[in-house]
Amino acid sequence: MSAMIEVPAARIRPAAGGVAGLLRSAGIAGLVSAAAIAVATVLAVIGPLVAPYNPDLPSLGLAWVGPSGGHLLGFDFEGRDVLSRLLAGAQSSMIGPLAVVIGALALGTALAVLAAWRQGPLDSVISACLDILFAFPGILLAVLAAAVFGAGLTAAAIALSIAYMPYVARVLRGAALKERSQPYVAALEVQGASGTSICLRHIVPNMMPLIVAQATIMFGWAMVDLAAVSFLGLGVQPPAPNWGVMISENQPGILQGYPLPALAAGICIVVVVIAFNILGERLFARAQAARR
Amino acid sequence: MRWRFLARRLAMLVASLLVASFVIFGALYLAPGNPITALSGGRALPAASLRVLEQRYHLNQPFLAQYWYWLDNALHGNLGISITLQENVSAVIAGRMWTTGGLVLYAALIILVVGIGSGILAALRPGIADTSVLVTTAVSAAVPSFVAAIVLITVFSVKLGWFPALGNGTSLGSNVRHLTLPAIALALSSLAIVARVTRAAVREEADREHVQTAISRGIPARQLIRRHILRNAAIPITTVSGITIASLIAVAAVVETAFSLNGLGAYLVQAAQSKDLAVVQGISLVLVVAFVLINAIVDLLYALLDPRVALGSRAQ
Amino acid sequence: MSDAALLDVAGLTVALPVEGEQREVLRDVSLQIRPGEAVGLVGESGSGKSMTARAIDRLLPRGATVRGRIAFRGADVAALSGSQLRGYRNKVAMIFQDPRAHVNPVRRIGDFMTEALRTNLGVSAADARTRAADMLASVGIEDGERRLRQYPHEMSGGMLQRVMIAAALLTEPALLLADEPTTALDVTTQAEVMAILAELREQYGLSMLFITHDLELAAAICDRTVVMYAGQIVEVRASELLHGDPLHPYTAALAAARPDIGQQSSRLRAISGRPLSAFEAPPGECAFAPRCPHAQPQCVAAVPELTELDGGLSRCARVAELRGQLETTNA
Repeated sequence: MSAMIEVPAARIRPAAGGVAGLLRSAGIAGLVSAAAIAVATVLAVIGPLVAPYNPDLPSLGLAWVGPSGGHLLGFDFEGRDVLSRLLAGAQSSMIGPLAVVIGALALGTALAVLAAWRQGPLDSVISACLDILFAFPGILLAVLAAAVFGAGLTAAAIALSIAYMPYVARVLRGAALKERSQPYVAALEVQGASGTSICLRHIVPNMMPLIVAQATIMFGWAMVDLAAVSFLGLGVQPPAPNWGVMISENQPGILQGYPLPALAAGICIVVVVIAFNILGERLFARAQAARR
Repeated sequence: MRWRFLARRLAMLVASLLVASFVIFGALYLAPGNPITALSGGRALPAASLRVLEQRYHLNQPFLAQYWYWLDNALHGNLGISITLQENVSAVIAGRMWTTGGLVLYAALIILVVGIGSGILAALRPGIADTSVLVTTAVSAAVPSFVAAIVLITVFSVKLGWFPALGNGTSLGSNVRHLTLPAIALALSSLAIVARVTRAAVREEADREHVQTAISRGIPARQLIRRHILRNAAIPITTVSGITIASLIAVAAVVETAFSLNGLGAYLVQAAQSKDLAVVQGISLVLVVAFVLINAIVDLLYALLDPRVALGSRAQ
Repeated sequence: MSDAALLDVAGLTVALPVEGEQREVLRDVSLQIRPGEAVGLVGESGSGKSMTARAIDRLLPRGATVRGRIAFRGADVAALSGSQLRGYRNKVAMIFQDPRAHVNPVRRIGDFMTEALRTNLGVSAADARTRAADMLASVGIEDGERRLRQYPHEMSGGMLQRVMIAAALLTEPALLLADEPTTALDVTTQAEVMAILAELREQYGLSMLFITHDLELAAAICDRTVVMYAGQIVEVRASELLHGDPLHPYTAALAAARPDIGQQSSRLRAISGRPLSAFEAPPGECAFAPRCPHAQPQCVAAVPELTELDGGLSRCARVAELRGQLETTNA
């Protein structure tokens, strides 16, 4: 048995078994979640177009009327069709979290890989800064941003990106450190590849399963936090349709015996977040398995 | 060796607080316009009031000096004046602190008792108990506190009339009644996370080899669970519980708003809406300090529970 | 009285649940250990040696099916429960392979050592500590009082293994099950721990089941050696005869595969193929046949029985013919 040590070539592992394998390992819960997310995404794009009635037109005479005729979910506090507002609201409810996730991931991945690649004092400084950033809970930063820059989705989304970034960076730094100590990295360095190219073309792609899993779970958090900020009146502003806003503006109806508009918006949020949580957990499990 | 860890953690604590206070103070300068406009919240104030603001905030001095004065004042309990309420911010905070404190404490209790309890139950009794805990936590982890709030109000206030829907209540007893639904709403999603982590930790510990050693020596089941499984699982469980409870501080604002409680969080939100910057800064400072302190205590507990910890924080 | 077996395992068959189905890991294992006797149990990974010890100590994972009989001093071990089971666990002690994983890291050494005494035997805490400190001295650890206050991570692997041995002996067991106690240690420490085990065995008159993958190690410390392959016993022999005159081709191959420090050879002789677990062995034939250099058609016709020959047992269909022809060296 010859004992020649082979340096494995840089490996980018495709999902085991391809797409079919992905679907099989997701299980029923995973598939249903993926379907729910797909529906929500489609609605985020075409929501306002498929709404059966005008989501923005108030008609006070119809305020709080229950489900009737073609109005499956009844009317909200200003007489607008609830279903239409939900469909239209998907857009702002989904785009905000997307922006947060992209922002936090971009920043977090960059810092994590940088810290893991250079190590030494740079790593200590970055880690210390990240530790300090953990002092700011997301919602607090968003409220602060709203007070300073005025209420709105942009300020809130940026604030949340910054607040989430340390969590991403911590998880990815660990993974990046592991990747960095793999033999193929040493092989590439010896061949003269630059640090940047190794990071961009090998380390980051090999961390992709973990990054995607992290992104998925984070989308759920961002959705909850952004909806909360809108609920507080500091995010998306009424009368724009948004699930968080709908809950706060229809809340008085609950005490008067008309809980449906607020509850319907709440259910939309919960369903999408559960879907992202389940999918995120499955993806995490796959990412862990792939690393072994 | 433990002292090095403590000293390092203390240094991190102070650094976090300083940086956080700096960011909160610096928000004044991030605002569009100049500090005066920010402080007045865009209102037109008489010249005399503007001069008072200038003096109080030392606006004619360099930035760092201003920060120093602000911080010094804050440490002495002076957090400025609320533009909207024309009152001392510290006085208002002191008044509302108990509502928020009580709410967070109540919710923390629920999380610890129900969360950890159901997690242990699910881990040690596989079968129906386990599955039901798993399913329930999967759903409740995804329910944001304000959604939980409206559901609870709908079911328990409006339909069943068991609990009041809004407000604070007058006496201690009615306070507790008024805080019950908010506490549950606040605790619900954190409860799910704590239950899951507890379950995972206990299951993992039960599978460990040192438990096999104890079994082979005939240690009875009760002792086994208490001394070898739970005692070891206490480390990750405490960490997660601590972090979760710390995060309650921020989310309390949402619950207070939903239930119209006069807590710090609700006041913070109102101040943000009306651009009362002094109040926002003051309350943010208090909340961040509480958050950082709780996290530091969690790190300390972790070091106490795990004798292997010599250096570094739990973020290893 | 001293001839009656202390431990009598008869026809032990164990299957473990893996992915929904039951997979056999032990097949028809029978052995006896007399009081004061040391029996070595040798095999490669998957041979079932650890499982045998676990079955004896009732440490099998949940869902395992056990057939056959394990008797300790005549009593059926599987039927024990409650205080009787605890009494059994006091009389049969087990030490494990990786001491660091097998000692609770968050409790002090003193707690670890005295736990069984205090809980099961009602010994007072102070008394237990004294006994523990004395026992530490017998395993070569000085300054026992201070050590008792330490945590496991403050000790080296070798020291921790000695602590584990000391702890096992505190309940004055009659039988010691040692599951590869020195495999995780470096060679010097190995020798120390082996010396301690041998000494204590003498001192306390312990029986021992010594599990290892190292044939020579077992032969050095044990009176008899049992060799296992694919969940079955393939040879039982007095240790001093095992190396020079093995009865089973597998034993011979094991002996030959170990390089002899006094000899020169050009290649390491390995056994071709890989060791199998019981459920992987081809049914209806000798489990070792695919790898055996002496295999004949009769070997794959049926599973060979254990045949007695000259005071030893062998599960080889050709045991009589091959006697004296099995190579045990590397030349």
